[in-house]
Amino acid sequence: MSSVRVLVGTRKGAFILNSDGKRKDWTVSGPFFTGWEIYHMKGSPVDPNRIYVSQTSGWFGQLIQRSDDGGKTWHQPGLPNEAIPAPGPPTALPNRFVYDSSPETGKPLTTHQWYDGTQHPWEFKRVWHIEPSLTDSETVYAGVEDAALFRSTDGGENWSELSGLRGHGTGPKWQPGAGGMGLHTILLDSSDLKRMYIAISAAGAFRTNDGGATWKPINKGLVSEFMPDPAAEIGHCVHHLAMHPSRPDVLFMQKHWDVMRTDDAGENWREVSGNLPTDFGFAIDVHAHEPETLYVVPIKSDSEHFPLDGKLRVYRSRTGGNEWEPLAKGLPEKDCYVNVLRDAMAVDTLDDCGVYFGTTGGQVYVSADAGDSWAPIVRDLPAVLSVEVQTLN
Amino acid sequence: MSETAKTRAATVRVALPYHLRNLTHVEGDVLLEVSAPVTIRAILDALEARYPMLRGTIREYETGQRRAFLRFFACEEDWSLESPDKALPGAVAAGQEPLLILGAIAGG
Repeated sequence: MSSVRVLVGTRKGAFILNSDGKRKDWTVSGPFFTGWEIYHMKGSPVDPNRIYVSQTSGWFGQLIQRSDDGGKTWHQPGLPNEAIPAPGPPTALPNRFVYDSSPETGKPLTTHQWYDGTQHPWEFKRVWHIEPSLTDSETVYAGVEDAALFRSTDGGENWSELSGLRGHGTGPKWQPGAGGMGLHTILLDSSDLKRMYIAISAAGAFRTNDGGATWKPINKGLVSEFMPDPAAEIGHCVHHLAMHPSRPDVLFMQKHWDVMRTDDAGENWREVSGNLPTDFGFAIDVHAHEPETLYVVPIKSDSEHFPLDGKLRVYRSRTGGNEWEPLAKGLPEKDCYVNVLRDAMAVDTLDDCGVYFGTTGGQVYVSADAGDSWAPIVRDLPAVLSVEVQTLN
Repeated sequence: MSETAKTRAATVRVALPYHLRNLTHVEGDVLLEVSAPVTIRAILDALEARYPMLRGTIREYETGQRRAFLRFFACEEDWSLESPDKALPGAVAAGQEPLLILGAIAGG
């Protein structure tokens, strides 16, 4: 029988939730990496036992952890878990993320726009998002803050920047959002392995058609009233992107206000907020088997990051946007003032698509019926930063 | 001091903060062989060589500078702003006192 493994990153550690295909009874493993912020965990689609983790701390910086046994044990890729008796030159530097500013492989790019409009040096802070390759368990991408894209081809032991992104020309105009200037979304096109989409808060969305060597902004149609030029090429605060693998030209975007859609790989965007009670939010995802069925979690506003009227609701559109219905069965409908962060929603690929999301209040909810009803898996975790699901056969 | 005395290795003690002790699976102080002169840089070089999982957690990868929210103490003195190449007190070099590496109490 199929089963699911839910990977939950929180402010104080990582948790793994397991259930069979019924998704009613759960076991909870963890916390792993206690006391550290786990910004993201994701498994390789090629080898589901291979899981990568971004473990970060304001005190101690960035660590990458990897499991090769489905989360039972962990190690920093290429490094021992114990002291080494005969130290020698390091062969693996899994936690080293250094910007490439060499004239040979990148373009010297040392500053970006700061909150006050001045130029500010690029400073690595943390890995926001990890995206394992669709075809190779040893290849994995990392979106980092300050925004850049890194890749490892040795299972996370060493990382190098895909510097064409920062160096394509618009980099000096990128600016941080309230949460920092993070590259938070990476979408890989299974039909064209050289095509990739990324999103940065607050620079916008970008696309490569050549495996990351060159990039272009894809923000035409986005309107952000907080900018001097609301329709500028870059500078939009894109919160998250979602894509169904069967339609790689169709993307959905939750922006800082507005839910957007493109049908031409980002060349043009149009708003599909429709009848949402508020179109601010962070998370967005697509049903595993219905490419026109979307999920968002409306949040009151950019000043008040909690659900409207204290009612936690997921909204679903079965028409690719514009027409939305509230999903509330099993969710708290009073006194609920949590947030759902951009990487904290996921879907499984079981026949009855399961939808999952985690909150800043420490709850992780599951719907085993595509959103018609919800139940908590856990209620009292630390604030949830990310949720991913592996469907295991 | 003879050249031999200058470079003779000493066993120094390093007290790590809780999270870094967890990474190394070490309880109590870490013991390291460090050649004289015993400095913060020399100790950290030895520490990271023996425990490569600590690289980047105490010093920034790019600059080698102390991470902003960590502090170094030796013999009840704050050495955080001292040159990393300044010789530490003899009691630290002799292993009688540890080099303390602490996380600054900033935020939750």
